[in-house]
Amino acid sequence: MTSTLEPKSMGRPLTRVEGADKVTGRAPYAYEHPLSDPLYLHPVLSTIPHGRVTAVDTSGAEALPGVHTVLTPGNAERLADTEDREFAVLQSDEVSFHGQFVAAVVADTPETARQAAGLVKVDYERLSHDVVLTADHRGLYRPVEDADEGPSADTAQGDVEAALERAEVVVDHTYSTPTEHNNPMEPHTTTALWEEGTGHLTLYDSTQGVHVVRASVATVFGLDPERVRVVAPHVGGGFGSKGEAHAHNVLAAMAARALPGRPVKFALTRQQMFCLVGYRTPTIQRVRLGADRDGRLGAVSHDAVEQTSTIKEFTENSAMCSRWMYAAPHRRTTHRIAALDVPVNFWMRAPGECPGTYAAEAAMDELAHACGVDPVELRALNDPETDPQSGSPWSDRRLVQCLREGAERFGWHGRDPAPRSRREGDWLVGTGVASASYPHMFNPGSVAHVRHDGDGRYEVSIGAVDIGTGAWTSLTQIAADALGRPASDIRLRIGDTAFPSASVAGGSSGTSSWGTAIVAAARAFRDRHGDSPEPGAEASASAAEDTVDEGYSIYSFGAHFAEAWVNADTGEVRVPRMYGLFSIGRVVNPRTVRSQFLGGMVMGLSMALHEESYRDPRYGHIANGDFAEYHVPTNADVGDLRADWLDEEDPRATPMGSRGAGEIGIVGSPAAVANAVHHATGVRVRDLPITPDKLLR
Amino acid sequence: MEATITLHVDGEKRELTVDTRTTLLDALRDRLGNTSPKKGCDHGQCGSCTVLLEGRRVVSCLTFAVAHDGATVTTAAGLAGEDQLHPVARAFVDHDGFQCGYCTPGQVCSAVGMLEEAGADWPSHVTEDLRAPVTLDDAEIRERMSGNLCRCGAYVNIVAAIREASR
Repeated sequence: MTSTLEPKSMGRPLTRVEGADKVTGRAPYAYEHPLSDPLYLHPVLSTIPHGRVTAVDTSGAEALPGVHTVLTPGNAERLADTEDREFAVLQSDEVSFHGQFVAAVVADTPETARQAAGLVKVDYERLSHDVVLTADHRGLYRPVEDADEGPSADTAQGDVEAALERAEVVVDHTYSTPTEHNNPMEPHTTTALWEEGTGHLTLYDSTQGVHVVRASVATVFGLDPERVRVVAPHVGGGFGSKGEAHAHNVLAAMAARALPGRPVKFALTRQQMFCLVGYRTPTIQRVRLGADRDGRLGAVSHDAVEQTSTIKEFTENSAMCSRWMYAAPHRRTTHRIAALDVPVNFWMRAPGECPGTYAAEAAMDELAHACGVDPVELRALNDPETDPQSGSPWSDRRLVQCLREGAERFGWHGRDPAPRSRREGDWLVGTGVASASYPHMFNPGSVAHVRHDGDGRYEVSIGAVDIGTGAWTSLTQIAADALGRPASDIRLRIGDTAFPSASVAGGSSGTSSWGTAIVAAARAFRDRHGDSPEPGAEASASAAEDTVDEGYSIYSFGAHFAEAWVNADTGEVRVPRMYGLFSIGRVVNPRTVRSQFLGGMVMGLSMALHEESYRDPRYGHIANGDFAEYHVPTNADVGDLRADWLDEEDPRATPMGSRGAGEIGIVGSPAAVANAVHHATGVRVRDLPITPDKLLR
Repeated sequence: MEATITLHVDGEKRELTVDTRTTLLDALRDRLGNTSPKKGCDHGQCGSCTVLLEGRRVVSCLTFAVAHDGATVTTAAGLAGEDQLHPVARAFVDHDGFQCGYCTPGQVCSAVGMLEEAGADWPSHVTEDLRAPVTLDDAEIRERMSGNLCRCGAYVNIVAAIREASR
């Protein structure tokens, strides 16, 4: 634990430093950097989920004027390292999922590239496929564990079965969540330029981690990382899907290397994003709670069944949240996954915690009803004094405060707990609550550089990325306080591998990890140069790996409240009001943090009511892969949403006293909405999303 | 097939050659280098590409450039002078009506166009009395802005920004 910075700039609601550039559209995203003489890539995607390519006829495409090249498995360069099979683009005739790259056209214009891609004829040999996850799927297995860092797939404490046998009240239900796609507004895009003479590859990329992409691409192509530059000053959202390189980065770079000296622009279409850039696995979660009549938990059991792809394993740790959320002497969590002939699943906002907390908090609501205990007080009753998994003391657990203060501010009290007890005209009205938690994450390895420009002005550089989180602004504020200057004296530089190494914008870890490096660099600068440095004085430092106080369990917490109106005749659900109260340590920028909370809550509302990617079992593709059919909330779907936070700092987490803010808004909010719908209607929908048909059965 | 057309974009007369399949959005972005309007879906489903065409908001991905020879197009970059912000854009900054910023130029253009429509008393789906002057309350703003998706979920702040700018 180090001393925390004195907050002078931190805590102030500065408007975004890049705000004017964004509202005018002048801020350049990956497709938009002014480069002369670009070419355009359009890919050809497999139309079968499993099999092999037997022939590719490129003659029609190649005959089209303006086509520069057609890449196929037969002519694409052999990559240096394809151990990560997601990156083995055009390396063999194997097809492992519907929508895999099987060819690509590069042409003078986007129209020509697209037309030519449509002229490429691909023949396949189809093999049998399996794209449907079931609770008893024959291929289910315990995920491979990474001994160094990955969490254990299973945990067990005490004797859950015996405790459930003994329990006075048992809740035992299975909840499911569907495949969901991140769908950031900016499609994943890479503009790639290969300069043959110098052997330099530049990628203007839509990514949550420029250094992350550089490392992957350098490995795949066998290049010295110093010869790969990745640039991303502005990124149009990601929500996890841009957290690592994907196959399109490789394809764009491959095309650029085939056409040296010409930038190749490759923006995925919205439809292609449903195949190639990750998604949240469907989950099937059985939650069993055993309690006494007052609601005190004796047993918590949470078993998650999920899918992954045949080419790359990724496990959504949905049951993990039940390891720390509530006290119970007997506990068990498991994860089982089946590798299907589907695209690679990956991070989507709060991977694990989001779907897991939906199931766990819906089950807690069922327990509250079964015991006749107020749902807020049920949670308070089971609040653990120490981390139930490790026994460690909490750094700063304020869940009960969030629940009780949140209940006051939302106007929770006075509700009739009986379902279907309030009707307003044609509408059934109910309220719901759910807890939220998210672990404090800190990624080591970030380095910051501080340089004195003169006159007390400083340039602070770090290869971090702002995907909409507010990093441009919050890191400026952290740097200001670390250097003891006003924010206006700080010139922040991020979004480029030309700046020092930085970890990914993911896991709500960005501000913590990068901010800690900036504080370290500022302290190193003052140690070396004092308070009156010469112009040009500079220093670099990395965040110490032991920044986080290891003796403590460090989590953020929150409470969500929602009011649902359900039309008694049509089953339409409206949510006029949501309220979230959070405990995340110090809030670096109230304006941007509030936006993060609200955004997470909107996405949680969306998960509860709207989002579902439907995979056609016959062909293995997503049948509703665009914004007309994959529903996300519009402005009219969102009512009076409010988010507040407790005034606090957590010096055990970071030198700023802050934890993370990006994900906790989506954790718990789906359950709050689902619980409110149950309270309104008396119908317990356990399979998201809660569409009208499920309420009218 | 190609065609040469003239567009008046953000106050500047521009002559350009387009493929007859080129959308107005791609003409702006790929041919003229004006990347203020964004491509979020290319199917008219998200609104990121919204510009003002002859003063009215349109999704520029759903119309061909060749159909608009001689037209006046205003993007979010051209709503105000080079170093100024349009009051709607200013309100978006002040109310944090965006996060990633990708849908934002479309939101801002849509809001500017919408304020004109409401000012002319065009009713919306939620307007109670179709003949009365429009009162631009939050429900009206939300309804009229629902052609512009924001995946970051900045809607509450977008409504606040437009509410302020409409006064």
